[in-house]
Amino acid sequence: MKLLTCPVNGPRNIIEFQYLGPVRAANPELPDQLTEALFYVENPLGMLTEWWRHTPSNTIFIAERHTVTDQIVATYLPNRKPA
Amino acid sequence: MPLTLLKYGLRGRHASFRDIPATPDLKPSYDVVIVGGGGHGLAAAFYLSTVHGITNIAVLEKGYLAGGNTARNTTTIRSNYLTTESIRFYKEGVSLFETMSEDLGFNVMFSQRGQLTLAHSEATMRSFHLRAEMGKHMGVRTEVVDVKTVRAMCPHLNLDEGGMHEVMGGLWHADGGTARHDAVAWGYAKRAAERGVEIHQRTTVTGFRKDGDRVTHVVTDRGEIAAGQVLQAVGGLNGQVAEMAGFKLPIRCFPLQAMVTQPLKPFLDILLSSANMHTYLVQSSRGEIVIGGGSDPYQLASTRSTLDQKEHLAEGVLHLFPFLHKVKLLRQWAGITDMTPDYSPIMGASPMRNYWLDCGWGTWGFKATPVAGKRMAETIATGRVPDILLPFDMRRFDNFALLNEMGATAASH
Ligand SMILES: Cc1cc2nc3c(=O)[nH]c(=O)nc-3n(C[C@H](O)[C@H](O)[C@H](O)COP(=O)(O)OP(=O)(O)OC[C@H]3O[C@@H](n4cnc5c(N)ncnc54)[C@H](O)[C@@H]3O)c2cc1C
Repeated sequence: MKLLTCPVNGPRNIIEFQYLGPVRAANPELPDQLTEALFYVENPLGMLTEWWRHTPSNTIFIAERHTVTDQIVATYLPNRKPA
Repeated sequence: MPLTLLKYGLRGRHASFRDIPATPDLKPSYDVVIVGGGGHGLAAAFYLSTVHGITNIAVLEKGYLAGGNTARNTTTIRSNYLTTESIRFYKEGVSLFETMSEDLGFNVMFSQRGQLTLAHSEATMRSFHLRAEMGKHMGVRTEVVDVKTVRAMCPHLNLDEGGMHEVMGGLWHADGGTARHDAVAWGYAKRAAERGVEIHQRTTVTGFRKDGDRVTHVVTDRGEIAAGQVLQAVGGLNGQVAEMAGFKLPIRCFPLQAMVTQPLKPFLDILLSSANMHTYLVQSSRGEIVIGGGSDPYQLASTRSTLDQKEHLAEGVLHLFPFLHKVKLLRQWAGITDMTPDYSPIMGASPMRNYWLDCGWGTWGFKATPVAGKRMAETIATGRVPDILLPFDMRRFDNFALLNEMGATAASH
């Protein structure tokens, strides 16, 4: 069982969560960034900042995770990144 | 024949031979450099050297020959896709498998036993009708079958009548089959090597040198080589290698997991999958049940397996065949797949003039090994992308001309 720490509910089994994909650099509201935002999603070999949802409590938050080691380094609510 | 064999066996000396020559030294320059020694790269090398007479080729493989996704796939071969562009392409792929053993003089154990995909909902049945009509229109053998036919094809199947996953019917694809994945790669490698193609194992491409919009040199951990043309076919790492070449691909990495059971007596003579349960299985010629399913739920570039996903695969199989509950698993593994937004591959031109793409093969590219190799070789040899490949151009994302095959790919591979 892999644990993911929900900023509200604490460590929970990762199957309780829904993956919502990377936090995007491109802005879909800007026409020249639209295709970038739709199709060219972040795909690094390394640290990725991404959206998750804790399904039972509907908590949406951000995780920082390494895409090769699968290590979760931090989780926090949007705009509340710990210093 | 038995007597000849006996005599041969009793004779003391047998000349040894190797299918694939040892890795030679790198030459300073090649007409074509193929990055990635998986099935796709090797098939392209085969067609370039046999059909187009281009033999000054280096295939560069960072690990061992065809040890990437070619070695990890569950070998479903089929052409029952949804769009006309895809069906046309995959149909040619299936037809090349039909003659591959003879064409290569190498037994790839192609077994065209047909594929049955089960529907457990009305919505799935409706999508099957659409796929069946598209298939018929394009001349592939695809039809919707009722529960009675499903029962006749697969008498051991749990139809779960009245239950949660009641089987409502299926999509029967008589053209579907499987082949031995290693043999496909080795067969192409052997015949290409006979023509003079050099296969460089344990040779990692680390970058490219460019002059304007042309790649001039391929940089490897064994030195730098000049290249006339470059083909990129690196499976799970396609996004990363494209970045080395200086451009971005619409690709994300997700693991795909699979597993096999201990060998059993033959009981399943078709390929079987369930669209709703995200599980598919096939009995190999050794009797093992090969089990695959949907991708991992989040982006990752590591080939570890997870208990969650393995449990999910086992659950689907046990639902379809409850009597397998005491069967042991022998092996399990994962591969990194290069997923595109529309579940179709990217083939053809890149932003660099002499740099060609055969990537975005995700969870479904083994079946395309011969046709992609053949058509990419044609592209490189003539400098022109053939019509059959044009819909797969990477610029389709900028033009919103997507080829959505998600529904026809999910868990049927
Ligand atoms: C579990 C699983 C099940 C699958 N099931 C099916 C199926 O049933 N049917 C189907 O059609 N498809 C299936 N697929 C997909 C299929 O395996 C792939 O699409 C296909 O094998 C891709 O072939 P390839 O030659 O392009 O890539 P690969 O076989 O991955 O070859 C690419 C090679 O490039 C090498 N490489 C990478 N980076 C570098 C570098 N920098 N320098 C040099 N070499 C490099 C790698 O080592 C690798 O050997 C499955 C995949 C997985 C993981």
